[in-house]
Amino acid sequence: MADTVKLPEDSFKPMTPADRAALDSEKIAAPSLTFAQDAWRRLKKNKGAWVSLIVLAIVFIMAFGSIFVSPHNPNAVNPSYANLPSKIPGIGINGFNGTLVQAGQRVDAYKQAGASAGTYYIMGTDYLGRDLFSRVLYGTRISLIIALVATFFDLTIGVTYGMFSGWKGGRIDTFMQRIIEIILSIPNLVVIVLLILILKPGMTSIIIAIALTSWTNMARLVRAQTMELKSQEYILAARTLGERPLKIAFKHLLPNLSSVIIINTMFTIPNAIFFEAMLSYIGIGISSPQASLGTLLNDGQKNFQFLPYQMWWPALVLSIVMLAFNLLGDGLRDAFDPRTKE
Amino acid sequence: MAKYLAKRIFYLILTLFIVITVTFFLMKLLPGTPLTNQAKLSKSQIALIYKQYGLDKPVWQQYVLYLAGAVRGNFGTSFQFSDQPVSYLISSRIEPSLQIGLQAIIVGVIVGIIIGSFGAMKQNTWADTSATIVSILGISIPSFVLAVLLQYYLGLKAGWFPIAEWGGFSYTVLPTLALAFTPLAESARFVRTEMVDVLSSDYIELAKAKGLSRMGVIYHHALRNSLIPLITIVGPLAVNIMTGSMVVENIFSIPGIGEQFVKSVLTNDYPTIMGLTIVYSFMLCVVLLVTDILYGIVDPRIRITGKAN
Amino acid sequence: MDNEKDILEVRNLQVNFKTYAGDVKAIRNVSFDLRKGETLAIVGESGSGKSVTTRTIMGLNATNADIVNGSIMYKGEDLLKKSEKDMEAIRGQDIAEIFQDPMTSLDPTMKIGRQIAEPLMVHKGMKKEKALAQALEMMKLVGITDAENRINDYPHQFSGGMRQRIVIAIALVNYPEILIADEPTTALDVTIQAQILNLMKELQDKISTSIIFITHDLGVVAGMADRVAVMYAGKIVEYGTVDEIFYNPKHPYTWGLLSSMPTLDTKGDELPSIPGTPPDLLDPPVGDAFAARNQYALKIDTQQEPPFFKVSDTHYAATWLLHPDAPKVTPPDQIVARQKKYAEMQAALKQQQAANTVPVEEEEEQQ
Repeated sequence: MADTVKLPEDSFKPMTPADRAALDSEKIAAPSLTFAQDAWRRLKKNKGAWVSLIVLAIVFIMAFGSIFVSPHNPNAVNPSYANLPSKIPGIGINGFNGTLVQAGQRVDAYKQAGASAGTYYIMGTDYLGRDLFSRVLYGTRISLIIALVATFFDLTIGVTYGMFSGWKGGRIDTFMQRIIEIILSIPNLVVIVLLILILKPGMTSIIIAIALTSWTNMARLVRAQTMELKSQEYILAARTLGERPLKIAFKHLLPNLSSVIIINTMFTIPNAIFFEAMLSYIGIGISSPQASLGTLLNDGQKNFQFLPYQMWWPALVLSIVMLAFNLLGDGLRDAFDPRTKE
Repeated sequence: MAKYLAKRIFYLILTLFIVITVTFFLMKLLPGTPLTNQAKLSKSQIALIYKQYGLDKPVWQQYVLYLAGAVRGNFGTSFQFSDQPVSYLISSRIEPSLQIGLQAIIVGVIVGIIIGSFGAMKQNTWADTSATIVSILGISIPSFVLAVLLQYYLGLKAGWFPIAEWGGFSYTVLPTLALAFTPLAESARFVRTEMVDVLSSDYIELAKAKGLSRMGVIYHHALRNSLIPLITIVGPLAVNIMTGSMVVENIFSIPGIGEQFVKSVLTNDYPTIMGLTIVYSFMLCVVLLVTDILYGIVDPRIRITGKAN
Repeated sequence: MDNEKDILEVRNLQVNFKTYAGDVKAIRNVSFDLRKGETLAIVGESGSGKSVTTRTIMGLNATNADIVNGSIMYKGEDLLKKSEKDMEAIRGQDIAEIFQDPMTSLDPTMKIGRQIAEPLMVHKGMKKEKALAQALEMMKLVGITDAENRINDYPHQFSGGMRQRIVIAIALVNYPEILIADEPTTALDVTIQAQILNLMKELQDKISTSIIFITHDLGVVAGMADRVAVMYAGKIVEYGTVDEIFYNPKHPYTWGLLSSMPTLDTKGDELPSIPGTPPDLLDPPVGDAFAARNQYALKIDTQQEPPFFKVSDTHYAATWLLHPDAPKVTPPDQIVARQKKYAEMQAALKQQQAANTVPVEEEEEQQ
């Protein structure tokens, strides 16, 4: 059948070097991606993670922007405007229009309080007439600061501990792992509570207490990864060439541990937020006039039956922030994990 | 196996000893005593009370006494309820906590397994998506928020369950649900990831090559291999439930040890705090030990190394 | 080529994989036959599409695989048109497969006796006890010592070689018509490799099964296969009997493969290798996919795909070098030596045949 095809005359001349040069045998049609680019591509494809990143950016900007621009002073007491429900300009739906059900009748709480037509509290006010929106922003900021600072310490302790333990191995490693096991054999919250009792309740003690208890997970993950990396050829090469351990740690180990660290951080932050909220909710966390999402929840919960919005708003914000961190953590894990590569 | 068990029990005792020691000396560092709240006590009265609690002896003697007591389950007398031994306080309150905790972990893990394996089997379909949503919500919504919502909507508004106090089984439903949600979510996530992993393994490929049906592959090979590692997260789940119970018991006014712990913290009732700390870590240690042994029994690969040890 | 001795006929198979960057054309028009009782080796480097071919036969491709074209005829029916349910009945009963890595292809939490018995329970509806009894026989057959005591052991209690024996027992327990062995010895030590290969040959005679033997190692092929198909970049480029491929190869790619295989009479320090890497099948090159790595490439190789040229009734190769107009090229020395040896062998064979009074019947085969 080959003979039926009409072939050009010079078909059977050997290929010239020029022809050969035109053929690039190493040509790869798929764009080549570095590890970070590949991870970024997959993260962008993950809608949940992407939306979470945007939501977190907005939450951060609003929470920290409220230092400079806040709709109201979060601590300004205004008893005549106490317990006003949400009123958002332009939205007429019950629950967001400033009306309340009182004794079976829906009444305009703003009119009753004698507020002028232009008064809006988009999340309503609390029992002292403080603007809930400003307080939620303030509380979110406190919660985020606590979570971030605690996570930072937890990171440094956990990563150092884990790297050291994994790198040294042997008896030191066994001993250090025993310590972690002992810490893990007491529920975290109990340890945190004990620490706070000793340090006296307050923001600093909460940060210290959370930082001191939550690093164990990070240390274990980092240790496992370090032990795996330690036996890799390139680390061995660096050791054979006489590089100092500290340099190896920073130059070779840390970059390869980064994905484990980043992913675990994304799960440590919501954990810290949760612990802070819980402590404040119990009553040994942040105390007034400071507010955190936990204290706001605690305040709101007391009146939940009659003024549900006072708990719904902080609960919503807390859940959204936790959700966003969790989704982002999931997305990062998938993005960094080459096993899920398609 | 016996040798392994002995070693583990030795470590359990060692851990508890360290926990007791550390908490004891931490408590000694604490500023103030319950008496600081009660003004207008004469010096002699204070001295009398100190003697009653054994606080007049040197610290090391107090420590030895405490340790000797703790071994026999005696954690001293509560500051808050001055005539009640801490051990009585705990033993009379532990039952509701255990019941709710066990119910929550059983319900959570079972439902979690169903949701998780369903998600893995129907990977990337709406079923998977909704399973993922449930599990991510479960991890993101704190149990105490959920508790308040359940209490209000299912208890107060719908009137299906009692909203507080302790009575029969119906009283346990709402707190159990509130506590079960996180373990449910965690185990669903865990099972899903594990199963997705297992389903792409070579032995599943071989099982398919044998001609097993899809359900046969899942039932005979995938399920067992992805559920065995679930045992390892039972410990952390137990911690989660202990933590959650402190607030959830408070919200539902359940006379359990979680509620007692919070109460003791707020009233500086140090003996009770210490006693509860020891009880909590004892429970956790037992859970960890049991799950470890269980893991060794269920996973044939560990069984051998257990023998070798 | 619709030979009645054919048990499996693969025609014009084309399989793509959908990825983020586009369709990877993993198999580009592959046709071959498997005859009853023979061993067909499919040889090629990784990524040439060997494994995808066998996965397609088994109906076990990944979800992003797309079978664009082709047919796989088995017992007069097209496997590609069968329902999942029908394929389940065929897998492990008519067609069985041995996988590459025995360390991971056994269920770690199931006793091996049960794993071997499973195909019997699924396909023959046997009760567990009976199936286990038969599994025990199978274990003895594949050479597991002390089988009675080991039937209740778990996979991790066996060595790699023993595990591969177990995998073979699983595959053969139902006496399948076709056995697909996907690099069954690659993950094993060299000494164990020979044992496993011998075992497979021995069992093939005992239970008369046809084998498709996938490998990248030509050395393994020589003692094992009756016929060989060489695959490159998703295509078969040359096929023939094992002697034809080893001693009279025609395709430059086969030359490269053979030259890069060390033999006892390899001289010099350097083992020749094929320069470059296989083409990216996302965007396969026009013409002959091997052109870029082929030092004998012709101009036409970049323009048009070579068809199969007949070398003998059983030997075909897809290279323009076989076109009557193509210039005569001299293959690498080693190949020339092989061809010489082959000529001697043929001559010896002819002499022997001439000496024999009974004429040997030759099978006619038409393309």
